[in-house]
Amino acid sequence: MLPFLLEVGAEEIPDWMIPAALEQLGKDFQSLLEAHKLGGRVTRTDGTGRRLVLWAEGLVERQADSVEIVSGPPKGANPNAVAGFAKKSGVSVDDLQVETTARGEYYTFRRQVAGRATAELLAELLPELIQKLYFPKTMFWTGKGGPKFIRPIRWIVALLGDRVVPFTLAGVESGNESSAHRKLGAGGPIPVTIANYEAELEKNFVIVSSAARRAKIEREVAGLGNAQSDPKLLETLTFITEYPSAIRGGFDASYLTLPQEVLTMVMRFHQKYFAVNAADGSLAPHFIAVMNIPADPEGHVVRGNERVLRARFNDARFFYDVDQKRPLLDRVADLANVTFQAKIGSYLEKTSRMVALAQELGGEAAAEAAYLAKADLTTEMVKEFTDLQGIIGGLYIAAQGGRPDVAKAVYEHYKPLSMEDTIPSTVTGQAVALADKVDTLRSCFAVDMIPTGSKDPFALRRAAQGVVKILVEGELSPSLQQLAAGDSKLEEFFLERVKHYFREVKGYAYDEVNAVLAVGWADLKDVALRLEAVKAVRPTPNFEPVAAAFKRIKNILTQAGTLPAGAPEASLFNEAEAGVAAAARQAAIKDGGYPAQLERIAGLRPAIDHFFDQVLVNDPDPAVRDNRLRLLNELINEFSSIADFSEIVTK
Amino acid sequence: MDSFQETVFKLKKYWADRGCVIQEPYDIEVGAGTMSPETFLRVLGPKPWRVGYVQPSRRPADGRYGDNPNRLYKHQQLQVILKPTPKDVIDQYLGSLEAIGIDLSKHDLKLEEDNWESPTLGAWGIGWQVMLDGMEITQFTYFQQCGGIDLDLCPAEITYGLERIVSFLQGKESVYDIEWAPGVPYSEVRYFDELQLSVYNFESADVAMLWEALARHEAEAQRLIDQYKTVEDPAEKRRFPLLGAYDQVLKCSNLFNLLDARGAISVTERVGVIARVRKIAVGVAQAWVDQEPFRTMKEVA
Repeated sequence: MLPFLLEVGAEEIPDWMIPAALEQLGKDFQSLLEAHKLGGRVTRTDGTGRRLVLWAEGLVERQADSVEIVSGPPKGANPNAVAGFAKKSGVSVDDLQVETTARGEYYTFRRQVAGRATAELLAELLPELIQKLYFPKTMFWTGKGGPKFIRPIRWIVALLGDRVVPFTLAGVESGNESSAHRKLGAGGPIPVTIANYEAELEKNFVIVSSAARRAKIEREVAGLGNAQSDPKLLETLTFITEYPSAIRGGFDASYLTLPQEVLTMVMRFHQKYFAVNAADGSLAPHFIAVMNIPADPEGHVVRGNERVLRARFNDARFFYDVDQKRPLLDRVADLANVTFQAKIGSYLEKTSRMVALAQELGGEAAAEAAYLAKADLTTEMVKEFTDLQGIIGGLYIAAQGGRPDVAKAVYEHYKPLSMEDTIPSTVTGQAVALADKVDTLRSCFAVDMIPTGSKDPFALRRAAQGVVKILVEGELSPSLQQLAAGDSKLEEFFLERVKHYFREVKGYAYDEVNAVLAVGWADLKDVALRLEAVKAVRPTPNFEPVAAAFKRIKNILTQAGTLPAGAPEASLFNEAEAGVAAAARQAAIKDGGYPAQLERIAGLRPAIDHFFDQVLVNDPDPAVRDNRLRLLNELINEFSSIADFSEIVTK
Repeated sequence: MDSFQETVFKLKKYWADRGCVIQEPYDIEVGAGTMSPETFLRVLGPKPWRVGYVQPSRRPADGRYGDNPNRLYKHQQLQVILKPTPKDVIDQYLGSLEAIGIDLSKHDLKLEEDNWESPTLGAWGIGWQVMLDGMEITQFTYFQQCGGIDLDLCPAEITYGLERIVSFLQGKESVYDIEWAPGVPYSEVRYFDELQLSVYNFESADVAMLWEALARHEAEAQRLIDQYKTVEDPAEKRRFPLLGAYDQVLKCSNLFNLLDARGAISVTERVGVIARVRKIAVGVAQAWVDQEPFRTMKEVA
């Protein structure tokens, strides 16, 4: 049993692609072991921006020998054909066997297949395995038509036990020599064994374990101040460093007069720093940076970073001051020159549509906010920090003496940015957010810009998903049909997003969502209540049997074709029918909320079971039959306001 | 402490020692060192090429009248092309930083994903921005395509932002305080370029004239591209002035940038004008590749 180590050394791979690449490397190598019966299992994958590493254990030295049965002609075949088969197999006719198969007797040849050495097989298979790793954007580096990878491959360590698995990929020969930190440790190649690999690299300022790097960053950052939690930044820093360590720098407190959102954006996204909070929760004039070297004893790195941040903040101050010279209100007209979409028109046109829609949804304040919502697109600050659109508008309205509720609505009108994000916190904000998203959807659908497959350049799915989330969780209740304004494709698109929201975001079962939506989705808050009730009552013993009975009833009604009009005639009822009718009257009481109503419907079970035990709907007497159909139809209609139970998948 | 020019000398020497031809800047206005024919045309085709040059790069929209300590209308790029790319290209690059006095064991250097793309040139590449103590000092790109043509050799392009590097080395807060030559500050060398050309670019350039010039240079480039297609005689092909056509492309690109800074191009028009410039850039690149075998043949006696 042999251990195995693979290290693919490359130039700096983008940090965000590394975890997925490592996962695939592990899976693909495990499949390779299984497909070729090499035994063993992948024990770990890990890496840095410059190395993707895999460990496996328990590989066999060589595959077991095996026998391959090669089928030849049938027993009664022409002797020439049999001789031909023997010749092709490299044996004489006497060496062939006759085997009985389901199709008759056939000549076969049992070929002894010698197991191959694992090292030899791996040498053959690894180049392809490495090259098949998926990366979103790959490149040539040896020239057109050469190998492609995410970044140039510069060294490969491939060890099976204490021996190198020899292969060449992109002109790089595999070996037992790794590489140190770019500028620390030994220059030149680092010979490693499987046992000492991590220790040797650590001596050369490479911490291979991403968990250890992450922990080191977290520990050191925590020791330097009250850093704002930033999991995404932590991941980035973990994978753009090989030997991380944290330092703290500061900036002049006078910059704190700039919007905190801007300062934080510069620190987090442009400079990859952790922002630091003061004791009172406000922003402190400090930052924490993570270097790719162990220490900064002379303070070079701190000073350098402070200088860069100062320049960035000066820029931001310059943008802020320039922007204040022209109030947001005056900038609305400039939106005539800002294209929303070539086929749709300018942001000024979008603004006027948004105003009308916001007025309808949220009244005067919403209309006022919608009028100003896009004006910040003309500011220097938003041109520089695009992700702050909306936020900057809100801040400027407040700074320029606008209404606080309008400022807040503009500030939040891009929300929710994802399904994890919250919706705007005020009704006015929700109205503006709806108006913006709905207008985008209507306009794009009107010019046939409809997302297909993975193509969704205008992020229309996210917009529609945001609309659904705001309607479910917020205080406004226009129906999606109303918002789709008669565009049936848009209505359908909304319905898909509603399903997605309740299934994927809220975790309701597929059939529960179908059942509830089948009887209407005009009011999404009501949909949410009905779904919750179905989910709550579903595990009770009577629910699924009643659902199954409803499905049966529905099939009967469908098969019956045209249904007789009118209400069922009670005088024609036998005892079982009367029982169902009476139970139905009891169950039809609408008080106590959806869960109580559903429990009463589930309580129909004995009466319905008894009915189907006693009664054949298709009675030879048409009058009796029609009356039964009327009874069943009434039952379905009466109890299909919460959900269409026939959609529930029963065991 | 090295002056600006001393640092430039050292970088040029460093790359000259590694087989680069040290060229002077191209003498037509460009927005980046990439646009010089030393890069744009020489990266095409199978012929190896190593070159280094400083390219003053004009970005009219980035002008700040000489007021902003870190933004310039015209900045200096040191551009290095290594075609084909040596395997130790990054080590060579890091060596150049050490050659100008940066002790990388004491500084934080990171290569952060940054793929470069120029829609007007039909060019893109894969690479990084090189961050030194939190500041971007270099754009490093493996060229993949230029003028819409897949590159045979995928050269490495190393573009140093000289003002940034030198202000880092000299510890200056403002570009204008950099010492260009001993006792001569950057401001003395360049301030009036920044002030007067910001005024010109933002306030006084004649928009109608710029549009007309753009159309004329575009037509001239297109005329040459079309004419090249009709040439059959090898000797005529060899002497056909594609370099003249490319100069027209550069003129157009600069005029586009000027119009943009002047606020004369609406967002809607932008895409269309970019496409016009791209069309002639691609046209010249294709013709240049076609001309390659004729350029390499011996001159007909």
